[in-house]
Amino acid sequence: MKKIEVVQNVLEANETIANRNRQLLDKNKVFAINIMSAPGAGKTSLVLQTLTRLKDRLNMGVIEGDVASTVDAEKVQNEAKSVVQINTRNMPESCSLMAVMIESALKDMPLDNIDLILIENLGNLICPAEFTLGEHKRVLIASLPEGDDKPIKYPLIFVDAGAVIINKMDLLPHVDFDIAAFRRSVAGLNPKAEVFQISCKTGEGIEKWCSWILEQVEASAERR
Amino acid sequence: MHELGITENIINITLAKADEAQASKVLKINLVIGELSGFVPDCIQFYFDTLSKDTIAQGAALHFETVSPQLRCRNCSAVFCPQDILWACPKCGSQGVEITEGRELYIESVEVE
Repeated sequence: MKKIEVVQNVLEANETIANRNRQLLDKNKVFAINIMSAPGAGKTSLVLQTLTRLKDRLNMGVIEGDVASTVDAEKVQNEAKSVVQINTRNMPESCSLMAVMIESALKDMPLDNIDLILIENLGNLICPAEFTLGEHKRVLIASLPEGDDKPIKYPLIFVDAGAVIINKMDLLPHVDFDIAAFRRSVAGLNPKAEVFQISCKTGEGIEKWCSWILEQVEASAERR
Repeated sequence: MHELGITENIINITLAKADEAQASKVLKINLVIGELSGFVPDCIQFYFDTLSKDTIAQGAALHFETVSPQLRCRNCSAVFCPQDILWACPKCGSQGVEITEGRELYIESVEVE
């Protein structure tokens, strides 16, 4: 018997491809945001709001992750420069987008004509935390009906987020969601995360969120 | 559910290392897995049994060394293992913490013959 010392990260294969994606995006001056949330928190609504508000300022592409359907891609098609749908049903993993899926989606996008790519991950608060895609910022959406305990139950997905969005603020009178407690939990795990309170339905807070995106895209352009 | 791809990676890394060592059989794979990582040892074992068939890793034992979470308090710098889901510092009560251990997933060593 012989023991071989290995000490190799099992996620390295994903991280290597993610780094490659990031280099390709940087080379083409494209900023990418990975949008994560539970199912139904408002990922597609946020993508739509962002496209509508920023389409005169930025050329945007969307990568839609979904287990099976193309309904989300159809919804955003009219507003984006380029939309690529990824269906994970026939892939080895169907709980999160992975770097290799983004690598192939980027091949179908006119990167030299895009400033910002919004990546809509699969609705899941566990698996996407483990897989970096090559994005520049991770954004987590929590919505009021989910309850204010999500940072306590799913801390990892909050730890690496550049921004945390509280969506469906219009429902505040109808649900028991302690905004201050939620913000405290987020700040504990991730003091650097920007927190936005929005409603994709009424448009509340969307402007602030869009200004943040513009700042991020500009700051990234300056760094290059 | 994402253990399938992870297990493929484990087998690929193992077979590459075994090949480098000109081994004829993999006896044991020693894995280190953080309790905060989203990976479940039983799931990895389940996929491993199927995916390793007809390779020199078939029948190899998987040994999981689990790593308990270690958090560092941002307020008083105490390092502690959380006792409940609230992750509050036992020294000062602050909930401002960073994770220092518990997210890892790596192959530590492979035993071959």
